[in-house]
Amino acid sequence: MKEKNPRNSFGYRMKRDWIRNRSLYILVLPVLLFYILFHYKPMYGAIIAFKDYTPTLGVSGSPWVGLENFIRFFKSVYFGRLIKNTILLSVYSLAFGFPAPIILALLLNEVRNKHFKNVTQTITYLPHFISLIVVTGMLTDFSMTSGLFNDMIAFFGGERSPLLQNPKLYRTMYVASGIWQQVGWGSIIYLSALAGVDQQLYEAASIDGAGKWKQLLNVTLPGIAPTIIIMLIMRVGQLMSMGYEKTILLYNPSTYDTADIISSYIYRVGLMEQDWSYSTAVGLFNSVINFCLLIVTNKISRKFSETSLW
Amino acid sequence: MKIKRSKGEKTFQVFNYVFLSLIIVICFYPVWYVAMASFSNSNLLTQHSGLLFAPAGFSVDAYKKVFQNPMITKGYMNTLFILIVGVIFDLFMTSLGAYFLSRKRVMFKKPIMLFIVFTMFFSGGMIPFYINLKDLHLTNTLWGLIIPFMINTSNLIILRTSFESIPESLIEAAQIDGAGHFRILSTIVLPLSKAMLAVMVLYYGVSIWNSWFWASAILRNREMYPLQIILREILLSNDTSSMTAGTSAMDTEAIGMTIKYATIMVATIPILCVYPFLQKYFTKGTMVGAVKE
Repeated sequence: MKEKNPRNSFGYRMKRDWIRNRSLYILVLPVLLFYILFHYKPMYGAIIAFKDYTPTLGVSGSPWVGLENFIRFFKSVYFGRLIKNTILLSVYSLAFGFPAPIILALLLNEVRNKHFKNVTQTITYLPHFISLIVVTGMLTDFSMTSGLFNDMIAFFGGERSPLLQNPKLYRTMYVASGIWQQVGWGSIIYLSALAGVDQQLYEAASIDGAGKWKQLLNVTLPGIAPTIIIMLIMRVGQLMSMGYEKTILLYNPSTYDTADIISSYIYRVGLMEQDWSYSTAVGLFNSVINFCLLIVTNKISRKFSETSLW
Repeated sequence: MKIKRSKGEKTFQVFNYVFLSLIIVICFYPVWYVAMASFSNSNLLTQHSGLLFAPAGFSVDAYKKVFQNPMITKGYMNTLFILIVGVIFDLFMTSLGAYFLSRKRVMFKKPIMLFIVFTMFFSGGMIPFYINLKDLHLTNTLWGLIIPFMINTSNLIILRTSFESIPESLIEAAQIDGAGHFRILSTIVLPLSKAMLAVMVLYYGVSIWNSWFWASAILRNREMYPLQIILREILLSNDTSSMTAGTSAMDTEAIGMTIKYATIMVATIPILCVYPFLQKYFTKGTMVGAVKE
């Protein structure tokens, strides 16, 4: 009997897979449903960016308006300020917040006293678990004219002022409190990378007469470079996706000039002023940029270092 | 054998210890300050300026006021409800997904993985998400804070990595004995992954305990407010009026300060107490997450 081997056809393989794994697919059904309902349905819902959405007409019933909402955003007086604030806040967070945990991990790695190392780790991880509401609440409190920060400024002969009302100080406060909260937690991943560096390399290097500094440059850093690069790709990929939560808690109309970023703007016009379609357009614009950024950084990194997210 | 260290190295060690000690102080002092201020006498605290190492005149009045506030106890109950029910739902769903993704020789595993991971890099945005919740009638109910957040994709991937390390032979043996997948998951895979499940409980638990944004977006009824929203009113909107009724304006401002600090403590203590014991579990999760596919 001569015929094409039916065991390789797609249909046959699918049928065999279904017989073999049917219960497995049934098992994963709720998970798929979850992703469809709470991730992909909102993605579909984002088409209201091209519509004039009114709740009574629903997502699919509202009339199309083309690119009107996007054009309104590009022409808006806030457009330049929002882009600038988002990028600047992000770049500052990256420039100061990215190296901080690496440095902490390198320093911790040099500590020989196990007990001291553990205490340092426990205490520096702690702020990560404190809620954002509490962190920003403390920050607000300490920054008041009669607050702790001002007490210290006055002690050193400075002038008391409401620090969080000052747009010039806003980014510093934002970035510094972020480092305070995340530096310890962020160092964990580098510490585990450091633990994975081959100890024999250090021995070999010291036999070759390399001092601590040379060992750092030629053994340690190359050893943890893949981790650093992965983390960097993720951070650069998120350059335009600064979260809204902290900004919403920390800013006020007197600091909008430096504090207002794309995501907090979406929150204000969307959830507060209920300008649904327009705010969705702003959000979609932002999501697309984020996605492109991630792909580009991933490509670049793959080209130069053979390390990439996918 | 003792290794001889150069002079430069010794200087570095001294510098290192001093610097790290400084970091410890910076990370810990704000928390300490809040704790001490919360036990202070409110009038002495307002007069006090600068660092605080011990309470300024010991007093627990602020705590009394905080616990007498029905909003705080109500908020506590709401948060506990979301926490307990949420963690159970989260664990159930995440385990299902992780188990599926950890199986071998499944034809549609790759596309499903892609389907799931894609959501980490692209989303419809805040407003469509909100409209979706509204359409699904998940606004103004505590379920709206549980169901839409059942699976955190990075947690799912961490758990999958952990499931993958379970020897395949165990699962195959169970299959030969006629056990179905759900049975294998509940009697073999989950019991063997207790440590990682503990990590999941903690990750989900902490994030539920600290979350506030969607609660503020979807809840209209004050009776449903979780603790963090009450905290936000007290801390950021400076609204301690519900607890300072019946005191003069001057005293109100003074006691408002200590009440704020006491509220912070009440809302943070559960985590501060649990945290040191579970630290090794917390860090374990980040390690697994670091393993690249």
